Amino acid sequence: MSTATTGMSTARRNKTGSKRRNGGATGSEKGKQRQRWLPWAFLAPTILGMGLFTLLPIVASVLLAFFRWDIISAPSFVGFDNFAEVVQDPTVRVSFVNTIMFVVVAVALQLGLALGLAIMVQEKLPAWLRVFFRSAFFFPLILSAASVSIFMRYLFNEQFGVVNWLLSLVGIPAVPWLTTPAGSAAVVILVYVWQNFGFSFLLFIGGLASIPTETYEAASIDGATGWRKHVHVTLPLLSPTTLVASVMAIINALQVFDQPYVLTRGGPGDATRTAVMVIFESAFQRLEFGQASAIGVILTLIIMAITAAQFRLSKRFVFYQ
Amino acid sequence: MTTTSTQRAAVDRLAPQRPTPRKKRNWSMAGRIVLLLIASVFILGPVLWTLSTSLRPPAESFQLPPSFLPLHPDFSSYDQVFKQLNIMLLVLNSALVTGLIAVGQMITAALAGYAFANLKFRGRGALFSVVLATMMVPAQVTIVPVFMLIRGIGLSDTLLALILPAIPTAFGTFLMRQYFLGLPADLAEAAAIDGASPWRTFRSVYAPLAMPGMAIVGILAFNYHWNEFFRPLILTISEQNFTLPLGLVSLQGNLGTGSISVVLAGVILSMIPALVVFMFGQRALRDGLTAGTGK
Repeated sequence: MSTATTGMSTARRNKTGSKRRNGGATGSEKGKQRQRWLPWAFLAPTILGMGLFTLLPIVASVLLAFFRWDIISAPSFVGFDNFAEVVQDPTVRVSFVNTIMFVVVAVALQLGLALGLAIMVQEKLPAWLRVFFRSAFFFPLILSAASVSIFMRYLFNEQFGVVNWLLSLVGIPAVPWLTTPAGSAAVVILVYVWQNFGFSFLLFIGGLASIPTETYEAASIDGATGWRKHVHVTLPLLSPTTLVASVMAIINALQVFDQPYVLTRGGPGDATRTAVMVIFESAFQRLEFGQASAIGVILTLIIMAITAAQFRLSKRFVFYQ
Repeated sequence: MTTTSTQRAAVDRLAPQRPTPRKKRNWSMAGRIVLLLIASVFILGPVLWTLSTSLRPPAESFQLPPSFLPLHPDFSSYDQVFKQLNIMLLVLNSALVTGLIAVGQMITAALAGYAFANLKFRGRGALFSVVLATMMVPAQVTIVPVFMLIRGIGLSDTLLALILPAIPTAFGTFLMRQYFLGLPADLAEAAAIDGASPWRTFRSVYAPLAMPGMAIVGILAFNYHWNEFFRPLILTISEQNFTLPLGLVSLQGNLGTGSISVVLAGVILSMIPALVVFMFGQRALRDGLTAGTGK
């Protein structure tokens, strides 16, 4: 895919180049370009739709964060009160801490697993096996997170779940997965990583495919073998892909909702409550729309800060060929 | 150590019939295959267990050890899904919502992508940056105003509430722009010389060529919205407007743990369309998901 994208941008460069070259011909086009409204007719559905359903809500969300509104009575301006209340609310605090811990563990697992499996799949393998493994690892991505959480809840059941049965075969006593804070957090992480590592896996496969084989030949002539080859050649050359994969994984993980909602409803206690769950609950269960918006604004700022920080870091650590 | 591996590289090229290095490589490949197979079992196992449990009589759902091969498949759970859950309505709702979003996205993204790629207008670059920037803000953050807007225009608790906000697509527009940029610009010039209007140039020359790109947009939209849970949870209220994932989660809640196999039969049924897409559109789905991440 990365090669295809590069192809597209090259084509674009050629195109603008040729446009510029026969600039004289555009004189005859000018007549038709008189229909100035034409591009806007093409853009209208998307631009109007986005204005109404994306841009307006973004602005409204920020404004709403400064109001108290329960939909029934008129909204009243409260300044930074919502932010102050939200920051002091123990449930909101716990849910943000949970979310950050979740992101750290889940993203590390997801990237590690994806990278390891991608390297193993891309090395010498019979073609049919490579197709099989790629499809298998990609497969969970096409399922609904809600459905996956439904059947995973049965698999992790303490008494009759298959997971505990398998553990009992190796002599491990039944783990109270969904009834203890640590167990629930582990299940949410495992189920999330199970379903999402395939996306990072796809990105790594693309990145690995773009590393020229001569680089490996040169490395093996220099005496690098096995894992040393990967530490000194693969990892540095793959760092742009790793950056993209980690940014996307972190942004997605920060918004986790479906899995904890279906698996645990945030419990036991607040053990698996996440930032988006708190937005959902304060808006649609407690009808505190202002507070919900304030939490949303905080989450968005965190996402933007992480994205910015990661691209900053990339300038220092990412190795571009 | 260094010399042996240098020699090995040379030997591999000159005398591939030498047994030692070959054997070593075969062993490492076998080891890799074993590890990859274990990983596949962890990935596919839970889904196969779901399938096999859905094919067991409800009373045997708890049975351990689990039998992965249902020798006497029992379809009573599937009967029960149809009885206990208005699954035809859920399927219809999901199909309607997903289908209309997919078609809507394909059309609007093709139009906007074409304008950004091939038409010249003032503020094109700036506008495109705004479109891209909207991808940064998570949908969960804008859901509160969207909910109020839907309420304001009188669409709350309708399927249109799910469909309309999902049609304008920044990612689809980006994808289609890339696609149109990859098509030769001379075609427009040729069409103009033949006297085709700009609309006809798009309709008869570029749009047919961009079908593969539109298919990617459609498949991505299908995959995402067929499985979507968060928006339906908030934007639909009455059960007659539920989509499949929402209906299945509420079925699990209603049944408790009594009839696992019934819930799982519903889960399996809901996977079928996604599975069809997986089999026939996997390539397009992969390309779409990773589009824009390559440099």
